Parts: sequence; structure tokens; C-alpha cells
Amino acid sequence: MSELASEPSAQGVDTESRVPAVEPKKGKQGLSEGKLAERRLGWLLCAPAAFVMIAVTGWPIIYSVWLSLQRYDLRFPDQQQFVGLDNYIAVLTDQYWWTAVGITTLLTVVSVVIELVLGMILALIMHRTLVGRGLVRTVSLIPYGIVTVVAAFSWLYAWDANTGYLNGLFGTEAPLTQQIPSLLIIVLAEVWKTTPFMALLLMAGLALVPDDLLKAASMDGATAWQRFTKVMVPVMKPAILVALLFRTLDAFRIFDNIFVLTAGANDTGSVSMQTYNNLIKGLNLGIGSTMSVLIFIAVAIIAFVFIKLFGASAPGGDQGGKR
Amino acid sequence: MAVIGGTTAGRKVRWSIVDIVVLVYALIPVLWTLSLSFKTTEGFTDKSFFPTEWTFQNYKDIFSTNEFIRALVNSIGIAIIATLIAVVLGTMAAYAIARLEFPGKRLLVGVSLLIAMFPQVSLVSPLFEMERNLGLFDTWPGLILPYITFALPLAIYTLSAFFREIPWELEKAAKMDGATPAQAFRKVIAPLAMPGVFTTAILVFIFCWNDFLFAISLTSTETSRTVPAALSFFTGSSQFETPVGTISAAAVIITIPIILFVLFFQRRIVAGLTSGAVKG
Amino acid sequence: MAEIVLDKLTKRYPDGALAVSEVDIEIADGEFIILVGPSGCGKSTMLNMIAGLEDISGGELRIDGERVNERAPKDRDIAMVFQSYALYPHLSVRENMAFPLRLAKVDNATVTKKVEDAARILDLTQHLDRKPGNLSGGQRQRVAMGRAIVRSPKAFLMDEPLSNLDAKLRVQMRTSVSKLQKQLATTTVYVTHDQTEAMTLGDRVVVLRGGMVQQIGSPQFLYEQPANLFVAGFIGSPAMNFLPGTLENGQLSTGLGQVALSDRVRRLAEAANAPREVIAGVRPEHFEDASLLDASAKAGGSTFSATVDVLESMGSDKFAYFTVEGESATSAELDELAADAGSADVPASGSQLVTRFSAASSAAEGANMDVWFDADKVQLFDPASGRNLTYTG
Repeated sequence: MSELASEPSAQGVDTESRVPAVEPKKGKQGLSEGKLAERRLGWLLCAPAAFVMIAVTGWPIIYSVWLSLQRYDLRFPDQQQFVGLDNYIAVLTDQYWWTAVGITTLLTVVSVVIELVLGMILALIMHRTLVGRGLVRTVSLIPYGIVTVVAAFSWLYAWDANTGYLNGLFGTEAPLTQQIPSLLIIVLAEVWKTTPFMALLLMAGLALVPDDLLKAASMDGATAWQRFTKVMVPVMKPAILVALLFRTLDAFRIFDNIFVLTAGANDTGSVSMQTYNNLIKGLNLGIGSTMSVLIFIAVAIIAFVFIKLFGASAPGGDQGGKR
Repeated sequence: MAVIGGTTAGRKVRWSIVDIVVLVYALIPVLWTLSLSFKTTEGFTDKSFFPTEWTFQNYKDIFSTNEFIRALVNSIGIAIIATLIAVVLGTMAAYAIARLEFPGKRLLVGVSLLIAMFPQVSLVSPLFEMERNLGLFDTWPGLILPYITFALPLAIYTLSAFFREIPWELEKAAKMDGATPAQAFRKVIAPLAMPGVFTTAILVFIFCWNDFLFAISLTSTETSRTVPAALSFFTGSSQFETPVGTISAAAVIITIPIILFVLFFQRRIVAGLTSGAVKG
Repeated sequence: MAEIVLDKLTKRYPDGALAVSEVDIEIADGEFIILVGPSGCGKSTMLNMIAGLEDISGGELRIDGERVNERAPKDRDIAMVFQSYALYPHLSVRENMAFPLRLAKVDNATVTKKVEDAARILDLTQHLDRKPGNLSGGQRQRVAMGRAIVRSPKAFLMDEPLSNLDAKLRVQMRTSVSKLQKQLATTTVYVTHDQTEAMTLGDRVVVLRGGMVQQIGSPQFLYEQPANLFVAGFIGSPAMNFLPGTLENGQLSTGLGQVALSDRVRRLAEAANAPREVIAGVRPEHFEDASLLDASAKAGGSTFSATVDVLESMGSDKFAYFTVEGESATSAELDELAADAGSADVPASGSQLVTRFSAASSAAEGANMDVWFDADKVQLFDPASGRNLTYTG
């Protein structure tokens, strides 16, 4: 068999048969004028947004760490002094803090799980309903758009001993004065508000499930449930993980509903509630900042664990539609 | 989208029932608040869902003093300004991210993601102290700044998704048709980006309108207290009465813009939140 | 109307990759020239360089004798039709077509006249006030052309404008494009990967491979006198059949048996210093069902026996597929052609032969039959360089 040697031909006509050129890649050496201009424009356009974001979060966090190392009570401003890690020890050995952590964790886990299940159901409804799809979607956006404290007040008065229509449901006259019932009510309020948002995030994933796949599964004999578990869920996994990540971090920050419903009484306070109490009500900048830093670290850990464990891909991190 | 199993009448009835369940779910708290706002003071304690006696008194009450009106003005002003700035900055950044190549792009996206996950309460301490020192405490800018900061990730994320939908070959076509880069942007790209910008503005506005934590932490008087915060300081028509009626009336008032937005822009909002993955 | 000259035009990317390599083409005023080749051959890059959408790394581009390397697209007075049409979705058809004129600050009256003239030529008059989103693929394609026509530019550049249309529409549009170009007599540079379009549309065709020109000539010329293996295998559908063979004393031995070359072919091969091992190429239409020919007709060729694998009856012709024993012809060109056609992964033992018989043939699948081919129509290629040894140029 003949070799595949590339001998240049000596004829006048361009009939050389050489190996075709490689598909060009964008290299970084020797940037052209155009590329440099593009870079500058890119930086210029991003600078204001980047500046605001970093200035308003970066600097304060550093400041916050500094504050947390001080004993600084605004009621006694002259007594401000550097105390090292004393505040941290105080907070971390405080029973109220750990109760708050426990409550926060409990609320987070319970509400996220419920939101995931309900959200999935709602997503399926919003996506596949045969009747009034626009109406269902519109109505589902109301909990998303409504101000959280407004909804919280609605629930407050619904359960309140004097005014509420739901009052008798828990078999007690004043569910908001007892820990377990009030925690359940808080969960209800949280779930009501954010299930639609969760449903929308999941619906985005749902919309990406190719119809053909479902039809093929149906032909292969899969029931509706099987189609759900074996086709939809696996394809939706990235969307589910992203939704879980954001909702978990959000849930950990729970504040508005607790503030209105119980103000943290009866050991129903979350860590954010505790921080607020110490900081704005107690005017204790030192302790308040300490709690702030601890919460920041906790959130960072959760996010880190999530991303490591599930490799949840960042939305919007890809290259975009150039060329 | 083909429906497996067909669209028989039976299925439609079942879906209708399901839809009604969703409707009830979403609307109950809203209707309850509405009902409360129309109840007379006596009616509060009758625990019934619908008012037995109707009155507009609660609405008159909240508008009779300056407190609510001032809070409303604060809410509207702060939300609008924060939205405008966040959308402008976000559009610029999103355009750069979706369209241009530059080092640090990934970093920026990562940072904005981090901020979206940031526990806002952690900022309350330092901002409280910093704003007091800078004289920003209890002012409009004092709230606008954190709002912009936390709205930017949302804005950038939504806008980059929209920008990516634009077919960039249009820019080439415009060049061939004789347009300078500025003309190409103005006449072709900008009009196509407008719907996305508009949707982002709505989402950001809802976000700012909704905030409670910063509102109660960084304000102390009606100078800049927004409605969510003001609600928690409401009193009834007399010192001894629970402010159920007035709070409910105020709640209804500030829910109206949201209902309007959702009613008119449902498609856009859904498209924005699902990055356009879901068709209306 | 303009003459376009590509003088050693080169495109090199920052990482050193050569997309277009020292291309020389002279396009006459009013000519319809086609750039054709497999994906990655550099044809779109060349078009973009002529348009001004890509920088030129080396060589010169001249339009009407003037060097335009540094000129912006808008100053070159060239119009382009994109593969995706790139219509402005927020503007009506009328405004889409008027866009370039408005940018040039042409007065309203002229704009209206030019747009309506173009719409009439392209049969778009009733769609003028609709938006692109409401148009069919074919209509959108015509709007894209309309936008190019209104400017009465020096030249049209078309980047695979028919690729996104379905097969039937494509055939229709081909004739429209051809008629339009003749009517307007504007120089047109047309890029396609479809050799049928190349054959039917162009005054001249440029076959490209790996950024280099393989051959330039009229469609008929390229068909009858391919300069190398690549052009021979690329032009013509169904493609030319290639078989490895041995040349000895004017006799060619292939899997089809031995055949005496005609005098003409033998002389050409000798003049070209043909090696012993060659690749023989025969086009499908140069085969025939032996039973349909009498002795005198069969004189200039050779007959062989084979079993029909597959028979495709097209009504006007019959295409019969045979498998020829022995090794198949291999070369870099043939590999690239196979990759482009998507058949690189299809395993095959031996070579597949495609033959075209007249409709009268009684060939049947699975049947063994005698097949004749014309020895004078055999082309010989050097396996190493791909050069056509029987090229008369």
C-alpha cells in the first residue's frame, strides 16, 4: 500500500496535497489591538458593579471581624476595648446561641425538604397543567412577590388567639406562645413564601427534559411515576442541586418571619434573630459582630460542603454566545 | 408539547381541581389580609375569614397620619433609585460577561455568586457602625447601597441570560450594512436587550421592595424607614388597641404594586427567573 | 460592479494556525465565483476577509485595483448574506431592507423606491410590513438577499445562504439566486460546502482544502479534468470510484481485472512519469451493463463480473453498488473526503463501486452480472501526492 508521504508537487497549478490546517484556537500570545481594546472595555464595564459589590461587602466584613474582637457596647461607648477572642468564647459557650443554632438548623432542614417536595409538585403543575397555565403561574408568583413581613402578619393574625381563623387548629388557644406549634407555624410561613420560587427554579430544569425522552420511556413501558424518577429527576439533577444550594443558604438566614411571628420568644429564635437582638436592640456591637462573623463562617461552610459534595455548577459561569 | 396519554375531558377536570388547589394555596393569606383590612374593630375578634361588617376606616386611618405615607414614599423612592442603579451597573457588567473576553470574568461571576449567598445579617453590624460614622445611618443612601449590592448578582445573572439569547451575528450584519460599532449597539443590540432589562428591573424592584432586615437595622425614624419596617412599629387608632386593621390595610396597599406587576408581567418574570428556559 | 483580486492572501491565527494560505484568485467583474470545500477548509474565513470582518495576516486584497486590507467593512461597498440570514428581529421586512440605506443617510423617497424595487424582484411585496419572526425560511432568505441588493454594492458575498433551507426549497432558491445574479450582473462570491450548488451556480469554482486552493475552473472543467485526487473525489455526485492499481506496459491491473489503457491515457501517464502503483478513478456514468452493449461498443473498454450488492432504481437511471475484492485505495485526500462525507467510520472490506446503468438494464440485487467500463475515461492518480497523472489542463 502506498505511504502517506506528503511530497510537494512541482506543477504550476496549485494542487498541493498537504495536511489541512488545524482549527484555529484563540491563543494568548501577541494580543492584537482589537483584543486589547476588548479587554479594556470588559474591565471598564464591570468595574462599577464589581466596585460596589466588593466595597459594600468586603470592607464591612473585615471591619466586622475587627469589631468582633472588641468589647463594644454602644450604651457605654467609652468602655470600648480590644478583648481578643473573648467575645467568641462568650458566644460559643452560650446556651442561647447554641439553641439558636439548633433551631436554625432544624428550621432550615425541615423547610427546605418540604419546599423541595412541594416545589417539585408545583413545578410539575406549572409546567404541565392542561388548564389555565397562565393563571396558575401568575398566582404562584404572588407568594414570591409579596413582602415577607406582610405575609408574616397575615399568618400572625390567622393564628392569633383573638383574631385568627386558624386558631383552633393545633388544639391550643395560643399556638404562637408555645415553642413547637410556633416553630411549625414559622415553617408554614417560610414554606408558603418560598415554594413558588423553588418551583420556578425547578421548572427551569424541568423545561430542559427533552420531550422525546419521555415519549421513548413511555413506549418502553414506563408509568408516570417511573418516568418521573428515572427520566425527569436524573436530567434535572443540576437544577435541583442549584435550587437546593440557594434555598438552603437562604433558609439559614431566616429572619423576617420569626421577627413578626414570635420575635424569637420561647426559644424560637434563629441565629439571625439573635444577632439582631444583640446588635440593634442590645446595641452590643462587639457581640453582634461576633455573631455576624460566626454566621458568615457557617454559611461559607455550608456552601463549600454543598459544592464539594455535589459539584453544583455555578449558573452564568460559561462563555456566552460569542461568534 | 405533546401530552402523553392525551387530553381527555377527565384529565382536564383533574388538572382544574389541581389548579384550584394551587390558587387557594397562593391566595389564602392575601385574601385573609384583605378581609382583615375591611373588618371593623369589633370584627377582629370574631375569628371569621370574611368580615361580617365592612369598613374603610382602616384605610382612612393609615392615610390620616404621616407615618404610613412617609414610609410609602421612602419605600417607593428607595426601591426605584436602587433598581435604576442596579440595572444600569448590572447591564454593563452582564453585557461584558456575555459578550467580551477578558481576564477576571470568571472571578467576577464567582464573586457575584458569593454575594448572592451572603448572609445579610453579617453585614448589619459593620454597616450599622459604618453608616453611623459616615452619617449615612437613617438616610436613603444608607439603604440604597446595600440594596444595590445584593440586587447586583440577581441583575447580572438574569441579564447575562438575556444577552446570551441575542444572536450576535446581527452585529456583523449591521457592520456590513454600514454601521459603526456605536450605531450597531444603539440600533440593533439595545432594542433587543430592552425586554431583558425591563424584566430584570421588575425582579430587582421586587427584591428591594421586600427587604426587611436592613430596613429595620439601618433606619430609626420615619426619615427613611420603609413600609416593611414601619409595619412592625404600627399602633392602632388608640394606644390600647392592636393595630390589626391598620397593619392589614397597609399590607394591602403595598401588595397592590406586586399584584399588578405579577398580573401584567407574569410571562416576563417567569422567563427571567428561569433564564428563559421556560416558554410562556 | 467590481473586480476582486486576492493576492497571496493569508490568515494566520495568534497561535500560529494557518487558516488561509497564500491564496491567489482573480475574480472578474460580474463573475459568479464559488468557494467550495469541506468544513474547516478556510472558505468562510476567506469570505470574512473579503468582507472586512476578519483581519488579513498577509498578502493583499484589491477591489477595483485599490488595496482595501485596512478598510472597515462599511467602507468597502460590499454586501453580505449570512447563513443564518441575521435579520433584525425587531424591524419589519421593509425596515430590515432599508437599514443600510438609512445608515447611509439616503433620503426617504429613494429608500422607499429601492426597497420596493428589491421587494418586487424578490417577490416580497406582500410581506413588507411583517416581522422576520412571522416569515418562513425561504422568505427570510429572500429578505436577507433584499437587504444586500438595495445597496447596489460593488459585490455580493454569500455565506452558505441556502444551507438552512429544506432540500426542495434549496433547489428552487438555487435557480432564483442564479437568475438574480445574472439580472443584476454584480460580482458575487459564494461560499458553500455542497458541491451540487457549486456545480450548478458558478461561472467558476474554487476548490479549497486546508486553506489552500486545489483548483480553479469552470464546473465542467473541474468535473472532467480534476487536478488531483481531492478535487476528483469532491466534485461529482455520486463520487468518482477509486481503486488501487498497478501500471505495467500500458496495462492497468485493478481489482476489476486487467485493462489496456487507451493510447491517449497511456501517453499522458508516460509523460507524467507515472509510478507503478497508482490509484485509478472511474466515474459511475462510465460503467454500463455489458448485456446492453454490442461488441463494437465494448471495444474501448473492459468487462468484469460481479454480484450486485444494492440496486437503486431512480427511474431515469439505475445505480448499482458492487464490492470489489482486494484492498481499498488509501491516501490522505481520500481519508479527508470520507471524513467530510461522514463515512470514515463505516467499516468496509474491499472497495465499494458505484455504477450508473441506463434504465433499460435488467440488473437485480444479488444477481451476478457483467459490467463494462470505458478504458479511455480512466483517470490515474499518484497515491503519494494525489496529482492527476492524466491531467491535460
